[in-house]
Amino acid sequence: MKTKQSLAKVQKDVPCPFCSIHCDDLVIQNQSGKLKVKENGCPISVERFERPLAQSTPTINGKTATLDEAISQAAGIFKKSVEPLIAGLGTDVGGMRSVMELADKTGSIIDHMHHDGAARNMLVLQDLGWVMTTMGEIRNRAELIIFAGTDASNYPRFYERVVWNEQSMFNYDTAKRDIVYIGENLDTSRGKSPTGKKPTHLKCPQDEIGEVISVLHALVGGNKTQKKDEIAGIKMAHLEKLAEQMKNTRYGVIVWAPGELDFPHAELTIQNFCEITKYLNRETRFAGFFLGGNDGGMSANNVSAWQSGFPLRVNFSKGYPEHDLQKYATANVLKNKEADALLWISSFNPEIKPPHAKIPTIVLATADTKLDFKPDVFIPVSTPGVDHSGQMIRTDSVVSLPLKQLRNSDNPSVKEVVRRIAELV
Amino acid sequence: MLIKLSGGTVYDPVHGINGEQRDIYIRDGQITRRPAATVDIDKTYDLKGKVIMAGAIDMHTHIGGGKVNIARMMLPEDHRQDLVSRTPLTRSGCGHAAPSTLTAGYRYVEMGYTACFEPAMLPANARQAHMEMADTPIVDKGAYAMLGSDDFFLRMLAAKKDQEAIADYVGWIINATQALAIKVVNPGGISAFKFNQRKLDLDEKNEYYGTTPRDIIKCLAQAVNELGVPHPLHVHGCNLGVPGNVQTTLDTINSVEGLPLHLTHTQFHSYGTEGDRQFSSGAAEIAEAVNANPNISIDVGQVLFGQTVTASGDTMRQYAGHWHAHPKKWVLMDIECDAGCGVVPFKYRDKNFVNALQWAIGLELFLLVNDPWRIFLTTDHPNGAPFTSYPHLIRLLMDRSFRNDMLSTINKDAAASSVLGSIDREYSLYDIAIMTRAAPARSLGLKNRGHLGSGSIADITVYNNVKNREKMFEKPLYVFKDGELVAKNGKIVKVTTGGTHVLKPEYDKSIERSLKSYFDKYQTIKLGNFKIDDDEIVEHGNGHIIVQPCT
Repeated sequence: MKTKQSLAKVQKDVPCPFCSIHCDDLVIQNQSGKLKVKENGCPISVERFERPLAQSTPTINGKTATLDEAISQAAGIFKKSVEPLIAGLGTDVGGMRSVMELADKTGSIIDHMHHDGAARNMLVLQDLGWVMTTMGEIRNRAELIIFAGTDASNYPRFYERVVWNEQSMFNYDTAKRDIVYIGENLDTSRGKSPTGKKPTHLKCPQDEIGEVISVLHALVGGNKTQKKDEIAGIKMAHLEKLAEQMKNTRYGVIVWAPGELDFPHAELTIQNFCEITKYLNRETRFAGFFLGGNDGGMSANNVSAWQSGFPLRVNFSKGYPEHDLQKYATANVLKNKEADALLWISSFNPEIKPPHAKIPTIVLATADTKLDFKPDVFIPVSTPGVDHSGQMIRTDSVVSLPLKQLRNSDNPSVKEVVRRIAELV
Repeated sequence: MLIKLSGGTVYDPVHGINGEQRDIYIRDGQITRRPAATVDIDKTYDLKGKVIMAGAIDMHTHIGGGKVNIARMMLPEDHRQDLVSRTPLTRSGCGHAAPSTLTAGYRYVEMGYTACFEPAMLPANARQAHMEMADTPIVDKGAYAMLGSDDFFLRMLAAKKDQEAIADYVGWIINATQALAIKVVNPGGISAFKFNQRKLDLDEKNEYYGTTPRDIIKCLAQAVNELGVPHPLHVHGCNLGVPGNVQTTLDTINSVEGLPLHLTHTQFHSYGTEGDRQFSSGAAEIAEAVNANPNISIDVGQVLFGQTVTASGDTMRQYAGHWHAHPKKWVLMDIECDAGCGVVPFKYRDKNFVNALQWAIGLELFLLVNDPWRIFLTTDHPNGAPFTSYPHLIRLLMDRSFRNDMLSTINKDAAASSVLGSIDREYSLYDIAIMTRAAPARSLGLKNRGHLGSGSIADITVYNNVKNREKMFEKPLYVFKDGELVAKNGKIVKVTTGGTHVLKPEYDKSIERSLKSYFDKYQTIKLGNFKIDDDEIVEHGNGHIIVQPCT
């Protein structure tokens, strides 16, 4: 399956698999198997790419095993299980294709480690729909960018790539972009333009952003609000000014990160973003954009949708796919003891730990993942875009990137391991 | 392995065979000449009284890519009504408006189709479209790359770059995205909508670029012609769904001055403004123009009643249509200075005047265009109806009394304002074989498909000759794909992987210099990463590439 490839010492235009904006201009040097980000790195990509290739072997109940033994043991767990859960899903499109095959064959539930955030978005998509845009459109068109409840700092090069880009296609001066933040605990420093123009920050608690947007919606619609000087601590005059900006911009964008809106019924806040965006399009152009789906989240959700007809959180136990955004959440399934076996997949980030579920557990993770418990089966897997090629889908769910192999690893890919388990069950 | 299909009644329009009893031999996936009498035949199917045609080809069906996947994510309630269980052979999934890729592949094959073509592949989304198509089993696939609102092209056109350079760009796009043809959607209109223009007529200017849809159609039609792309420019015209758009469509036909052009889902572009409701059929005028212009082909985009979802690159018209969304949810996206998409669920109602007339207009087009070689059977899946309604549509075309029965159930005013009831024409099996096999294969340049001649790929469908044509076409007796029996009595019996038809036209590679600079300055992906290698399509082991020659 695996062949040692003779790999170029320096590769250019390398796509980064480690966050979902997938920058693809990295220059990476391979010096005797050790990777160095020579150009266009960010703190995340430098830290991840430059981690030395860890050595570890498959284990069964903590004891060293061969890959064949570990795969066979894993298949045995699936065969005994009535309701397996395949979670984590930190993999690429190829890995996810194998997961779908295994899930269908074994009647598993599937869920991604970051899907609490994505589920908020999906609830809105399934209830209301939305008007969205992509990174390339923001880069070239946006005049007003509202960061709602996020400062995008988990996506380090977002500003460099699509906010403060020097060149923009339609002769807009990007340095004149209006940047607005709504929410609390936001680092607004990156919102300052290269020429020193400062962003506006409307401070309010995260769980009151929805109310602020509702009032903005009323204002852009020309409706009266109950006379109040402030809403959620924000002066009405500031909201009136922003409402005017929103109406008058030629192309506005609301950016949110569903994973960072972490309070009960945050989907209603996202619904407010989508409703005001739709309303603004009656007169001008305005769109939403979300940042989310790291660790292969976007790829997992999309592959699930095209292969099963439903986005993630799907249960195959009845022989056909059943979709439920709440019921099939990993935390719920484990809390309610609905699964009797767990396959956890995480091939990007060694800091991510599988849940200790006290059911037969198979872990496919990077070799340097430190576990708090001894799983029944552990198989170290290679990382897409570092150890093998593949594809991943970007946060805008439009662009997908061709991942490159940068170094040789003895560890198998998730795609290969899961496919081999599926062949045995 | 030598297989004999013995004594069936063959409809093979490419060879002028109209219902003649013939034997067909299959060896190694291909149709072969009658072997010498001494050669042993491994397997014989006695097909006396059965109808044999080449595998059917759907040349316009939205089966893969971002907008279809948005529809899948958005409509769980639609999918829950059509869940598909796994079997020892087939994977689970779901059907109806936006089926899962796996179910779509199985259902096409179970209906006798062996190839289907995604007509609206956004270059920016091409990689995903190919991944979805690769996950669509058994059938062969292919895609048309969408151009015309992409800023690189519009900048060239606005700067009056010479036609040769534009053809180089089009050739580059076909290669880079592994496409088979070029489509244009609301020419320049998706771009205009990003600048907040809400309508764009054939001679109306894009406010930023100053280009008109007419300029774009002419330029792309010529480029496609110069590159030797077999399929003419595939045009989703201006003003989709707008009453009075019949004139736009007639003007579009005249705009290319004799160059080949394919007008897609023409039903949505054949509306007049007569009558109390200022909505009327323009089908007769369109049919007359198609009949008079041999350079023009069309597919219909027939509407059939029920719930579906409309998925289109035409953001301008989808925005206008969102008020009619059913259920009340819809998605619009501006995409990568490349194109856009709009996804609006819709329910066509037979008692609604407009919907009923849309139904009648589509059928009028089918019946008033004389040459079945230039009109293809589509519902623009899923926009007019899901593809699973094709057998019903075939019956409407082949069975006048059934058609008139249906006509009597629709909105009375719509029925009264349509000429449908006065049309006697019934399609023959030969006509159906032309419009669903021979003609699409010829139009797409697939030389060894769509017919049953020696050397052709053995994609073959065998039907029971049932008077109820809906029943007949719903569940073919046998379907062979590449010579293997894949479905029997409308059920999959073997799952194979299909191929992807692509074109690799020649072009001047120096175009990459200006493209590289454009990508570096404005795009969010590098030029090299934008291009899709052959390896990417085949590496998961679920498909292969079939390179079609340019003319």
